Amino acid sequence: MSGVLVVVEQHAGRIARISWEACAAAQHLGAQLSLPVSAVIVGAQVEAQISEVAARGLPRVARIEHPLLAQYTADGFTLALEQFVKAEQPDYIVFPHTYQVRDYAPALAARLGQVLISDVVAIGDGPVFTRQLLQGRLNGSYRHVGTGPCIISVQAGAFRAGETEKCAAEVTVVSPTIDPTQIRTKPGEPFRGSSQTVDLGSAQLIVSVGRGIKDAANIPIVQELATALGAELAASRPICDNGWLPMERQIGSSGQTVSPKLYLAVGISGAIQHLVGMKGSQCVVAINKDPDAPIFEVADYGIVGDLFEVVPALSAALKAAKG
Amino acid sequence: MKIIVAIKQVPERDAQVRINAAGKWIEEVDLQYALNESDAYALEEALQLKEKHGGEVTVVSAGPERVGQTIREALAKGADRAIYVASNDLGSRDALGVARLLAAAIQPENPDLILTGLQSEDLGLGQTGVILAEVLGLPHASLILHVEKTETGLTVKRELEEGWFQTIELPTPAVLTIQSGGNKLRYATLMGIKRAKIKEVRQVTASDLGVDVPPVVLMEGVTMPHKQKSTQMLGGSPKEAAAALVEKLKFEVRVL
Ligand SMILES: Cc1cc2nc3c(=O)[nH]c(=O)nc-3n(C[C@H](O)[C@H](O)[C@H](O)COP(=O)(O)OP(=O)(O)OC[C@H]3O[C@@H](n4cnc5c(N)ncnc54)[C@H](O)[C@@H]3O)c2cc1C
Ligand SMILES: Nc1ncnc2c1ncn2[C@@H]1O[C@H](COP(=O)(O)O)[C@@H](O)[C@H]1O
Repeated sequence: MSGVLVVVEQHAGRIARISWEACAAAQHLGAQLSLPVSAVIVGAQVEAQISEVAARGLPRVARIEHPLLAQYTADGFTLALEQFVKAEQPDYIVFPHTYQVRDYAPALAARLGQVLISDVVAIGDGPVFTRQLLQGRLNGSYRHVGTGPCIISVQAGAFRAGETEKCAAEVTVVSPTIDPTQIRTKPGEPFRGSSQTVDLGSAQLIVSVGRGIKDAANIPIVQELATALGAELAASRPICDNGWLPMERQIGSSGQTVSPKLYLAVGISGAIQHLVGMKGSQCVVAINKDPDAPIFEVADYGIVGDLFEVVPALSAALKAAKG
Repeated sequence: MKIIVAIKQVPERDAQVRINAAGKWIEEVDLQYALNESDAYALEEALQLKEKHGGEVTVVSAGPERVGQTIREALAKGADRAIYVASNDLGSRDALGVARLLAAAIQPENPDLILTGLQSEDLGLGQTGVILAEVLGLPHASLILHVEKTETGLTVKRELEEGWFQTIELPTPAVLTIQSGGNKLRYATLMGIKRAKIKEVRQVTASDLGVDVPPVVLMEGVTMPHKQKSTQMLGGSPKEAAAALVEKLKFEVRVL
């Protein structure tokens, strides 16, 4: 086969939604290069999900199945896909950029003598792949120059999973050769972290604080703003990592996802892992001293300035307005 | 336990970003540098493992001469010694090229455990540790918050998406990529800073290590992201901006 191969991810029988964005990116690439696009899904029993994949307008879909692939391991998935890629020889391989993909796709690429172009946000003619640098403050353009497959992963939210014409896909089942001794790690079942006592998911107003606050001792400044507004207080990861606010108030890919009427980001730069947790907000306001901070990219209103001056002024203005 | 920690020097977070004349990277003159954040957590995990189980912590870092400062910082925090891979052309290597360089420097040490940060703050590849494991033929686990030594190897806590976690058992030697937040970071003490000056920093060069392979992925250039969304900027003094925002929240957003 020559063409574009998209790797669809499933967890416990459900397809990860970002897989459809990877499909969209693969179809974009296929259209640009006039290459056929096919999909592959890996697991122990993925028959039930295959019709969902096949309905995405992909002419060919493969199921890689093996009892040792029931639970994800980097070793198992790397072996399975290594064998498949060597047999099929796709020109391009597209992954969704998930925690699972981060865990094994770099190793798979290395085993194939390749390098994963990770976290792609745009594909231009060439193809040239754009990915973010310096936590979103810069874009880099990347090109694959070697022989062999060009392997990329796409960032969440970068490609729109559109409606596609349904067509009857040709489905093949592939059984890789895997020996139990080749799987060196033993994964446990997923479990939830600390008990979640605050549900920020239903909050209407959120004031969220980032590393711009500099010190735990300054948290009361934003707490006061939240109180004046009648909002819940939330934070970016470093604030929770430092223990300045509890983990359960963290917004982002490894924290909570929120969609309030108002999200007021104070001293938050706007890294993608934070944005995915809050970009469903109806209105985003950002206060940041850096006019080029990526948070302004998603903000409806922005104030460029020192939060230690702006936040107290805002608290005072809110108190006055509310009487 | 013999532990290696790969540490990377990256531009300081608040540094002003300007694209250099060649359009290939940012202007490095006057740039301040710091230890990559998740690497600081990797170092902390290594130091705590050593405190519990004994052994040795060695840091390894590849880059130009300025990297020496970050190496001293790690030694001041408690690493025992360092390997410095002198290299002025890291920018022309892809992730596999950098991982091969680090692997060649690490291999003769025969460590029980290799820790890297999850992701660098400048390139943000999030790959070097996983590739390193593949190149060295070792098992790995990524996004790790806690490491426990067991009879047969390690039990680690891995972060999953949206507040989920998972435990993984794996044999040693192994490679782990460390996520931030698992421990509280320590500061270097005055005594630590003094001691760091006499700790061993062994220098090797990329050509000593003999791993020059042509890259398969090239970064051709960098650009400033262009704004797609029109944000209404509220200017003036802090007081004026605050008043303007209150107006917007009242009459346009209607949340007051
Ligand atoms: C796998 C993975 C998962 C992650 N999950 C999450 C997650 O769930 N949630 C999350 O938030 N992050 C997450 N991160 C981390 C993320 O990449 C960023 O590092 C983090 O969001 C940065 O937080 P920040 O914006 O508060 O800090 P910084 O990036 O340090 O930004 C601080 C901002 O404050 C501004 N500032 C500084 N001083 C002032 C001042 N006096 N006045 C006004 N502004 C000021 C600066 O200009 C800067 O923009 C994750 C990372 C990885 C790799
Ligand atoms: N030049 C380097 N020297 C030492 N360690 C590095 C270097 N580059 C990357 N690493 C390690 O690999 C991790 C992941 O980097 P990256 O793949 O660039 O996101 C970093 O956090 C470091 O631990």
